[in-house]
Amino acid sequence: MQSNYDALIIGGGLHGLSSALHLARAGLKPVVLEKDYPGRHASGVNAGGVRRLGRHKAEIPLSVAAMKLWREIGELTGEDCGFTPCGQVKVAETETEMAGQRARVESLVAQGHGHEELIDAKELRSLVPTIAPHCLGAIVCRDDGAADPFRTAMAFARAARAQGASIQDGARVQSIERRDGLWRAATAQGRFAAPILINCAGAWGGEIAARLGEPVPMRTQAPMLMITERLAPFLEPVLGAAGRALSFKQFSNGTLMIGGGHLGRAEPARNATHLDFAALSRSAQSVLALFPALRGLRVVRAWAGIEGVMPDGIPVIGPSETREGVFHVFGFCAHGFQLGPITGQIVAAWAQKKPMNLPIAPFRIGRFA
Amino acid sequence: MSDPVPLIVIGAGPAGLCAAAEATAAGVETLLLDEQTAPGGQIYRAIGRASPERQAILGSDYGRGARLLEVLDSGCLDYRPSASVWQVTPEREVYFTIAGQAQSLRAERIVLASGAMERPMPFPGWTLPGVMGAGAAQTLLKSSGLLPGGGAVLAGSGPLLFLVASQILDAGGRIAALVETTPRGNSMRAMPYLPAMLRMPSYLTKGAVLLARLRRAKAPHFKGAHNLSAQGGKRIEFLRFTAGGRDHDVPCSLLLLHQGVVSNVQITRALGLAHDWKPLPRAWQPRLDPWGGSALEGIAMAGDGGGIFGARAAELQGRLAGLDAAYRLGKLTQAARDAKARSVQRALAAERAARPFLDRLYQPAAEFLNPADETLVCRCEEVTAGQIRGFVKLGCLGPNQAKSFGRAGMGPCQGRVCGLCVSEIIARARGADVQDVGYFRIRPPIKPVTLAELAAMACAGPNDAK
Repeated sequence: MQSNYDALIIGGGLHGLSSALHLARAGLKPVVLEKDYPGRHASGVNAGGVRRLGRHKAEIPLSVAAMKLWREIGELTGEDCGFTPCGQVKVAETETEMAGQRARVESLVAQGHGHEELIDAKELRSLVPTIAPHCLGAIVCRDDGAADPFRTAMAFARAARAQGASIQDGARVQSIERRDGLWRAATAQGRFAAPILINCAGAWGGEIAARLGEPVPMRTQAPMLMITERLAPFLEPVLGAAGRALSFKQFSNGTLMIGGGHLGRAEPARNATHLDFAALSRSAQSVLALFPALRGLRVVRAWAGIEGVMPDGIPVIGPSETREGVFHVFGFCAHGFQLGPITGQIVAAWAQKKPMNLPIAPFRIGRFA
Repeated sequence: MSDPVPLIVIGAGPAGLCAAAEATAAGVETLLLDEQTAPGGQIYRAIGRASPERQAILGSDYGRGARLLEVLDSGCLDYRPSASVWQVTPEREVYFTIAGQAQSLRAERIVLASGAMERPMPFPGWTLPGVMGAGAAQTLLKSSGLLPGGGAVLAGSGPLLFLVASQILDAGGRIAALVETTPRGNSMRAMPYLPAMLRMPSYLTKGAVLLARLRRAKAPHFKGAHNLSAQGGKRIEFLRFTAGGRDHDVPCSLLLLHQGVVSNVQITRALGLAHDWKPLPRAWQPRLDPWGGSALEGIAMAGDGGGIFGARAAELQGRLAGLDAAYRLGKLTQAARDAKARSVQRALAAERAARPFLDRLYQPAAEFLNPADETLVCRCEEVTAGQIRGFVKLGCLGPNQAKSFGRAGMGPCQGRVCGLCVSEIIARARGADVQDVGYFRIRPPIKPVTLAELAAMACAGPNDAK
């Protein structure tokens, strides 16, 4: 029995690794129990959007705080994680969409949030010169951007290890119990024990919560992404659309990534995903509606990740309401990447019984009861 | 989607043609999709169109392919050439593009006969312009009668190397040098497998005829060559190697490489089928039952895609898969299938018996399986062997992480060219088995498809977010 740990973290995705890093920086000794290898699932294969634009209102304070950490990501993790503040743009194609965007920006400004900004057709065209002429304007977040997801996960893993955290690959948790004031996990890599347990199990987080006697109505989803062959640079910011499931970005190597929430089928028990080509066909239609010149561009790869999705579209972040020494961080509904750096800080504050500076009440696990 | 097609056969080489022949003979409506413009596969490429002169150059084996084409007259067969199959799903949906039009069809059963590919032969300089696969050169010879201008240097190992050399000579071309890289110890190590090989003497006599042909041409022939590097500025200028204890620089403008063929596993990998690492041919094989059936209901594999046993074995495997499909579709009784299969199975066993000898004899040298640090391994993304070894030092456990560490295998070829090598390099660097290190997860589409083709696939699904 290895019981010289201060925290068991289930799940070596970005939230688990960030929790490990922040706990280790605070002088605690966490161990990450990862069933595959760090960054294997959603954390390593997502679109890499570092985005405040369009966030649910409850998430805005966390997202804004996370953005400060992204700007100094090198100081936190020792490398730049491929982060570039290239901006994010959400295009409006109709007057109705434009009016919706205007209302959103005004309401955000009234609440003191100035990061989302409305721009007109002329400025949109200066930002994205090749966009289809019918587009009327957009919301922009000029210093949002994108990062390299797997590099980011690896950077957090390396930094956490350097600070004394332990990360166990292939350590699928077989049983969890609380005895003599310690959480005890039996895994494929042996037994581990610590006074606190952090559930960062992503799409498997609902299963862990249920095992702890705290079931939640989480579903799994498999958002799909496509990559094209290389193209001369033509698109600087990450681009989305108010009226379409589309997220669109050109990497520095010239390839385009196309996503936006078109779904395949997830099979979390087998770590497997299956693509839906009818949905990918609609995804391609969305791209061509906004960039007709890309008709002949070849798609070279498509894939899907496995995501945990909550009924209200926001994650579970907060202490267990039934068990002692448990904190949940899961169910990010396909937009958790940008929040990774801050969730670890929230976990570390809770573990040290420090005051919580961020409003996490909307994310409490008991909200579904 | 419309009613499923009873049987879709993918690939019109020996295996696919024979599968289609048995199935249609039993009355199974069969759709035969093939990437090429004409049937025959790589081995019998353009067989229906080759002039008698070119058939004579390409030899009697090539003429054998012509008989396979008789199936095309069957009323049960719908043959569609120039069809690029870019996805096959476990639910037996086949996605393909013909003349820029993407479409999908569902099948009750599928026989994959997607064949082999040349095993890439990476060493320093192998990506210089002027260096190409010997198989690719043979393709040009078969389909267009194109000959390398000037003299070609051929380097590598395996029967096809001699065959291509002899075909170039017969067609009036010149061989500047034949540089054999088969390691000196291979023939000794292959001896234990010789008795089984002798049951198939035709292979040995064929080999002897080829060698005699090359000797008559008096092309310089180097054996046991190692430390190969292609040298040159903008394109290859000479091939450098060591042989017979001496260093050689052979000038050349065209270098043709070959070190055997391996199963093209992109389709079976994309389907998520289990594959076994075969240490003798040093290649992956999908796990199949004796009829070619896979773990996925209704999906079978015939021919080189399920392991390399030669063109005749591919025909026989195609027959078995076709017979089994006819049985499973209710067009043959089990007894009729078994009766028709018996002689095929006997012949197949004999063909397979010859293989271990050839696999051992022509096993590539270590320097082309686990190449030197400076060798470019992933051509699409320009990742060297040394970089991959560097990833392992940083904690990379397998090919899928190598993608994330440094984009190895993430270009348009989807790791088809570098996959074998990346797995071997990581296994050696970790001191692990190749089986445990595994292979790239192959992401769809298995062939690139344009946004317009994809967008035009008129289908609507209920399954999107929000």
